[in-house]
Amino acid sequence: MKRSWREWAISLPSMGWLVFFFVIPTILVCGIAFKPRSINGGIGDGWTLGTWLDVLQPSYPLVVWRTLWLSGMTTLICLLVSVPVAYWLARLSREARNWMLLLIILPFWTNFLIRVFAWWSLLHSQGWLKQALAWVGLVSPDAQLLYNEWAVLLVLVYTYIPFAILPLFASAEKFDFSLLDAARDLGAGKLRAFVSVFLPGISQGMITAFVVVFIPALGSYAIPDIVGGPQSEMIGNKIAQKVFVDRNLPHASALATLLALVVLLPVLYSIFTQRRQKRGNGGRRS
Amino acid sequence: MDGFIELRGIRKKFQGVPAVDDASLTLNRGEVFSLLGPSGCGKTTLLRILGGFETPDAGRIIIDGQDITDLPPNKRPINTVFQNYALFPHLTLWDNVGFGLKMAGRPRKFIDSEVERMLDLVDLLDHAEKKPHQISGGQKQRVAIARALINKPQLLLLDEPLAALDLKLRQRMLLELDRIHDEVGITFLYVTHDQGEAMSLSDRIAVMNHGKIEQIGRPMEVYEAPSSSFVAAFIGDTNFFKANVSASADADYSRLSIDKLPPVLAYNDKKLQTGQQVYLSIRPEKFRIQREKPSDGERLNMLKGKVLDIIYLGSNTKFRVECGGHILMITQQHARFMLDTSPLTWEEEVWVSWNADDGYMLQRYEEADTRLLNLPAEEPVP
Repeated sequence: MKRSWREWAISLPSMGWLVFFFVIPTILVCGIAFKPRSINGGIGDGWTLGTWLDVLQPSYPLVVWRTLWLSGMTTLICLLVSVPVAYWLARLSREARNWMLLLIILPFWTNFLIRVFAWWSLLHSQGWLKQALAWVGLVSPDAQLLYNEWAVLLVLVYTYIPFAILPLFASAEKFDFSLLDAARDLGAGKLRAFVSVFLPGISQGMITAFVVVFIPALGSYAIPDIVGGPQSEMIGNKIAQKVFVDRNLPHASALATLLALVVLLPVLYSIFTQRRQKRGNGGRRS
Repeated sequence: MDGFIELRGIRKKFQGVPAVDDASLTLNRGEVFSLLGPSGCGKTTLLRILGGFETPDAGRIIIDGQDITDLPPNKRPINTVFQNYALFPHLTLWDNVGFGLKMAGRPRKFIDSEVERMLDLVDLLDHAEKKPHQISGGQKQRVAIARALINKPQLLLLDEPLAALDLKLRQRMLLELDRIHDEVGITFLYVTHDQGEAMSLSDRIAVMNHGKIEQIGRPMEVYEAPSSSFVAAFIGDTNFFKANVSASADADYSRLSIDKLPPVLAYNDKKLQTGQQVYLSIRPEKFRIQREKPSDGERLNMLKGKVLDIIYLGSNTKFRVECGGHILMITQQHARFMLDTSPLTWEEEVWVSWNADDGYMLQRYEEADTRLLNLPAEEPVP
């Protein structure tokens, strides 16, 4: 009795924080989406579904699709690069590993916007990366590297890769590498052992990496704003535009709610099916 | 006939330190062979070289006429039972056992029937759908064995497979291993630091020390005729005396002089010359201990001593007896229980005797090896 009381007391501050700064604002944002706008840029009285009809206009599905596509690709590339890196890090000596981790975290000491601008200046038509690529002959001298989806993807991957490496490394470090020996002993080739034993072994890290890359990437705003053009806007840019330029808070709220639903629905679905699987899992094979 | 599995002159160094130093072995088909030695003696390295996890600096490995030295682990007809079992935590016992056949691309139906057979062999069919974290250490051990054996390897490597189990379970698993070996008839290479395990399970034993194989032989040979003071001390308990060969009594026996003791007769099978320094090794159970002076027998050595300590262990009694400054460990079996004879007590004067054939002469190492001698003995003898 006493113990559960204590547990409640300990978790109360964080619960309170979540409720006040996350649950309530989310409900408010969701609610505003059903309010009319007022002429001076605020929220009007009464309730309406009109905003949702505006949101379903043809240009948005494209933006939502692009947002999902860019975030999905970012996550995929980050995972593809980070899993081998995590494997390699976990097998390094402790000292070498600490140095490598330091190098991975090092970019965070530079402001995020400055790093994005750095990419802008690298990819700019006069930027030296662009010039160098043109000189080598990989791109034509009058190619435009900036202001397209690929530039956005590149900078997204650059930004989020440390967030993928760290959780993957944390679980790779706990991985029992003798399991790879066992798999090899039982006839698996190097790649087969990696895929059938190492990847399941770090699945927790992969889920964490997915969440900490995919969800922030969905809400990207600064990166597409700086290195992307109007043709590579993500939903974050649309929301910002609705808030700061059009002063249409209900519209922005509806978009934000849409984004939240896009993220939440698959999560809810997977939780639901997992539960059902657990309940239905009684029978033995063969 | 050439051996079924041959290791020829295997060498391996780690950062310049030799872990395995010119090891050669021949294993016969279907035998249980043990690599026995203290930790750091190179036995695990040798096993990992056989499994393909380490590349030897020199030497060849030949199985059934085929040189497999350069094959990767997954191409070798060898499977391993790892020390920590290394079961795949994300797979059920069923899938763990079926892993090897799945990698080999065998049809599903075949895999299912084989897995069922193997799980039945190790008596775990009822737990097939459990994950490794849901079963006990002994059960994990059996899964690891089933998982390795299902591939029908030419050679099964067992790396200290019982080290993580408690004593009772260890004894049961030993019998189990023996039963499984009888059933499958595959050659076992068993690595252990536990001489009891090695003696009870093996057809032959190789005793390793400092990367070298000191002796290869049947358990009885290794125990009764150790080739070095290390082997004598490592396998079982023994009493060592520093001795000099003082004279040859006849063709086979030599007289030894030992500090503060009367001359002692010992069987000289190594043709040691007068003046050579040797260790005389006498097993504790070879001594006889009694109050009355034994009648002079042929080649009977006898010493007068004083009982220091008596450790009654039920089936036998251990005595610590002091003879001329030397302390002997003596074990006496209790063949008969006699109420009317009063047992020996502390401080009593006794006669200790042994047959010259039971004293075993061993050449001394060049380097000081007192550390070696004291290594496995419970009581530090001389």
